[in-house]
This record gives sequence, structure tokens and C-alpha cells, in this order.
Amino acid sequence: MAVLHVPAPPKTLGERLRWTISDSLTIARRTYSRLRAQPLEIIAFLVFPVIMTVLFGYVFGSAITLPGGGDYRSYLMPGIFMQVMAMTATAAATAVGEDMERGIIDRFRAQPIARSAVLIGRSVADLSMHLLSLASMVAAALLLAGWRAHGTFGQTAAAFGLLALFGFAMIWVGTYIGLFVKSGTQADAATFGWLFPMTFLANTFVPTEGLPAWLKPIADWNPMSATVAATRQLFGNPTSHSSAWPLQHPITASVLWSVAILVIFVPLAVHRYRSASR
Amino acid sequence: MIHAEGLRKRYGAKDALAGIDLSVPEGTVCGLLGPNGAGKTTAVRILTTLLRPDSGHAEVAGLDVVRDAERLRFMVGLAGQHAAVDELLTGRRNLEMFGRLYHLPKATARRRADELLERFDLADAANRPVKTYSGGMRRRLDVAASLIVSPPVLFMDEPTTGLDPRSRLGLWELLRDLVGEGTTLLLTTQYLDEADRLADQIVVLDHGRVAAAGSPAELKQRIGGDRVQVVFRESADVPKGLDLVRRAIDSHGSATGQVPADGRRVAGVDGRQVTVAVEHGAQSLIHIAGALDAAMIPVEDLSLRRPTLDEVFLHLTAT
Repeated sequence: MAVLHVPAPPKTLGERLRWTISDSLTIARRTYSRLRAQPLEIIAFLVFPVIMTVLFGYVFGSAITLPGGGDYRSYLMPGIFMQVMAMTATAAATAVGEDMERGIIDRFRAQPIARSAVLIGRSVADLSMHLLSLASMVAAALLLAGWRAHGTFGQTAAAFGLLALFGFAMIWVGTYIGLFVKSGTQADAATFGWLFPMTFLANTFVPTEGLPAWLKPIADWNPMSATVAATRQLFGNPTSHSSAWPLQHPITASVLWSVAILVIFVPLAVHRYRSASR
Repeated sequence: MIHAEGLRKRYGAKDALAGIDLSVPEGTVCGLLGPNGAGKTTAVRILTTLLRPDSGHAEVAGLDVVRDAERLRFMVGLAGQHAAVDELLTGRRNLEMFGRLYHLPKATARRRADELLERFDLADAANRPVKTYSGGMRRRLDVAASLIVSPPVLFMDEPTTGLDPRSRLGLWELLRDLVGEGTTLLLTTQYLDEADRLADQIVVLDHGRVAAAGSPAELKQRIGGDRVQVVFRESADVPKGLDLVRRAIDSHGSATGQVPADGRRVAGVDGRQVTVAVEHGAQSLIHIAGALDAAMIPVEDLSLRRPTLDEVFLHLTAT
């Protein structure tokens, strides 16, 4: 075997940054290679949102009328856009849990990889995949549910930006949980169980005004509600009213919530990754 | 090459490691032997920078496992209990990815992957996803992945657990070759046999402590060598047969001197089965067979075997 020149650990901040970026890219590439190896998964990724759109749009849309008027289907679409972004946490937790189970996280940790790169690489790659899923859902909403964005280009872009930011935050929540569990199945159970109900305990499907008094504050202050209300406003879709602060200032509230989640969960997850042990 | 002093790690109220010392010279093999929960994996995780010890310190390849962790990661290879490779990627993609994560340039990572696939007899399967590999192939790929930067020190946590006998022999051969090239190897195992075949030095761990350490020959001496196992056809023959067996060993001086005649040499009587510890295995077997044959005691089975890990443990932890 030829003599191998082994690189040395980075010394300067710039070198360290370069390592973090190149390691993150290597890890992100892994996500894409994995997906290429599962063509069925890609199809599911693109088809599932379409089914969701049609199912919710027509099943609920045919029975529910919006208090105060407005087209319910147009009201609903931003809600299920957010729901897809929220469920990224389950996907991330499951994938990280599987890597923990197989000892791949240990192998990464025993290698001289920049300490945040494994999680950054995965979360960015995950987000890009979920945005593809969101795009498929938007296409279905446009073509099958008669949904339209009525705002300016800038407003529409901002709405998708908020959805992406929220999805990114939820990926880090899932990543953190995934680092605690012993298997992918456990990770699924540890996230889906509270996350899925939480997407309903918001203004996703119905306005919060009609909720019982004890439930209404929870729904109003649910970070998901702020994101849904903000996108409804930016898309110019029918929206519901609530006197709660987050729903009075939905755009600010959505940004604050997502940034707060990231500020809490990114350091937690990176710390947990560094000390993860089974 | 590996040097540890007073390593201690606590999980809640339980000591996973209660202060162990280790010293493994360059180019040798150290076998950490012990049952589940003895602290083997914890020791490996500390020495490979995955875990911080609560107290004590350790150096591997002259680098402190806590202070110099980052540099040390270029110097050690780790193959854990699972084949830690991506099931969906091909063997080649796996090795390229791990090579890139060692910051090898793309072309070097590719060349290195090819070399390792060739060496580990995986070249034909290089472009197949790992999920189509057999257990032995996965394990080989896992070892290959831990050798990408040709680390001078290799750690293997129960490398042959779950492998079929042929793959196990293949892996042993491979590890011997690596050590022949100068690699220092620390492996954990639950099998005395495996430690015996590969290790220059065996360290027996029990409840986070070193219960015994020494060369395989030294340890076997302490355990009392091999076991002869006799199964009598009639249970009525057991007392008489046992007496004959004992005398057969004594009269030929093959019993271990340190074991009292009535005591621990008889490792066990279980129904019609009698197990005795002997020093010169084959010779003792012949004497016992002769004595039983002369007395015309019918025997169903007569065999010579190595002590099991259970027996090693009972013996080493009895006092």
C-alpha cells in the first residue's frame, strides 16, 4: 500500500470553519446517496403530500364552513403546509435514532470530524428534502384544491421562508430527541405521539375562537399557530382572528418562535452528540 | 502504546469501571475478557475518546485521551459491536465517505477505498449496497473502515460476536496480519478461546475491576488448565468412577499442584457427569481412559475441553 499522507487537525479558526463546511457537505451527500438508493422512498416523499392535500381539502373542505366567511380550502392549505414542516421532527429523530442504533454515530464521533458537522450536514440535507415535499404539496394545492397565493412575490417568498425556518427548527428538535433513543422505532414513538396531536391543537384546521376557554390559550400560543397565521396573512388567504398576542403579530411571533427553538435545541443537540453514549 | 491508570467511570450508583490499569506494548495484542457488564465496552469507549473517564488517565500512542482527543482520533481505529456502516450505501461509497471524513482529498479517499476493498476481499461486492452483504462481509467492511488512515492502534469491541465459524477464522487471520505489520490491537471478547488465540496478554475484567492479567499460559496455569469430562452410563458408578479418575490424575502427577486433592480439582459433579481440572490435558485423558477401562466401568462420553469463561470467572473471583 502506498504511504498515506494523513492531515493534521485544524489550528486556526478559518481552517476549523473549512473543516466544518466540508464535513457537513460530506454528511449531506450521504443523505442524498441514501435517497438515491431508495427510489420508492422518493416517490412516497412526493406523493404523500398530494394525498394529504386532496384528503384534507376535500374531506374536511366539503363539510366545514369558515366562521365569518371565506373559502375553507384556501384557509386550510397553509395549515397543512405547516403540518408537513412540523413532522420533519419525526423524520429527523427516526434517522438519527437509526444511526445511534447501528453505531454509526459512534463511528463518526471516533473520527476527527468537526463536532457540529454531522448534525448540521444532516439537518440541511433533511430540510432540502422536506422543501421538495412541500413543493409537491403546493403544486397539488394549486392544481387540485384551487388554492392561490394572492400576495406580492415578496410576501409569497416570505411565507415559504417562514415555513422553511419553522421546518428547520423542528428538524433540530427531532435531532435532539433522536440522540437519546436506542432505535429508530423508539424515536418515532417519542416524537409522533405528541407532535401529531399538537399540529391539531392549533389554528391548523379550525379557528381557535371556537375552542373551550382552557384550550384556547394553548392553541393560541402554540408556535405552529403563529406560523400558520403568518403564512395565511402573507398568502392573502382567509384568516381567523384571535386577541392573543402571537396571532395579532403572527409574522414576528413565527420568527421569534423558530429562532427560539433553534437557539435552544442546536446547542443542546450538539452537546448531546458530543457526549452521546449508550 | 496504550497506557491507562486508575480509569474510573460511574453510571448513577454503579461503577462501570472501578479503577483499572492497563499497559499494552507496541505491536502486541491485548485481550479484554469478561462477561456482559464487566466494563469492557466502557474501557474501549474511554480509550477511543468517545467517553470521558470520571478519574484516572490514559494515553494512547503518546496522546492523552481527554486533552489530545482530536489528534488521537487520527491515530486510532475503532470497530464497535455493530458493523457501523451505512446499509443503503455501497461498500465503496461507505469507505469513500469515511475517508472524506478523515479529510483525505477526494482522489486519495477513492484510491484508499479501492485498496481496502481489494485487501479485504470485497472488490467484487464493492458496488453493491451493504444490506446485501453477509455478516462476515459487513464485519470486514467495518474493519476496513476503521483502517482508512492506517492507524497504529486498533480497538475492536467483540469483533466476532454473531459471526459464523468460517468468518471468525477469516477475521482472526486478518487481525494477525495487521499485528504482524506493527499494529497494536486491543480487543474485547467473551470467549476465552478467542483471547487465547490472538492475545499476547489477557486482562480479565469483572464488575469494572481487573480480576486477573497475564499471558494466556499464565492465566491457564492459574485456572488449572484443561477440563476432562466423563459421563458415566450408570449413576451408581459415579462415586467409584470419581475415585478412579482422581487417582489416575494423582498417580501420574498431572494434577495441578496447587489444587487440593479433594477440593476444587473436581470442577463439578452433575448427575452422571464428572468434570475435573487437569494440567496436561491429553496425557490425563489417556490415563483416565485407561483406569476406567481397566475397572470395566461403562462410560457414555469422555472428552477434553478448555475451561469455559464461566469456570474462569468462578475460579478467579472465588477468592
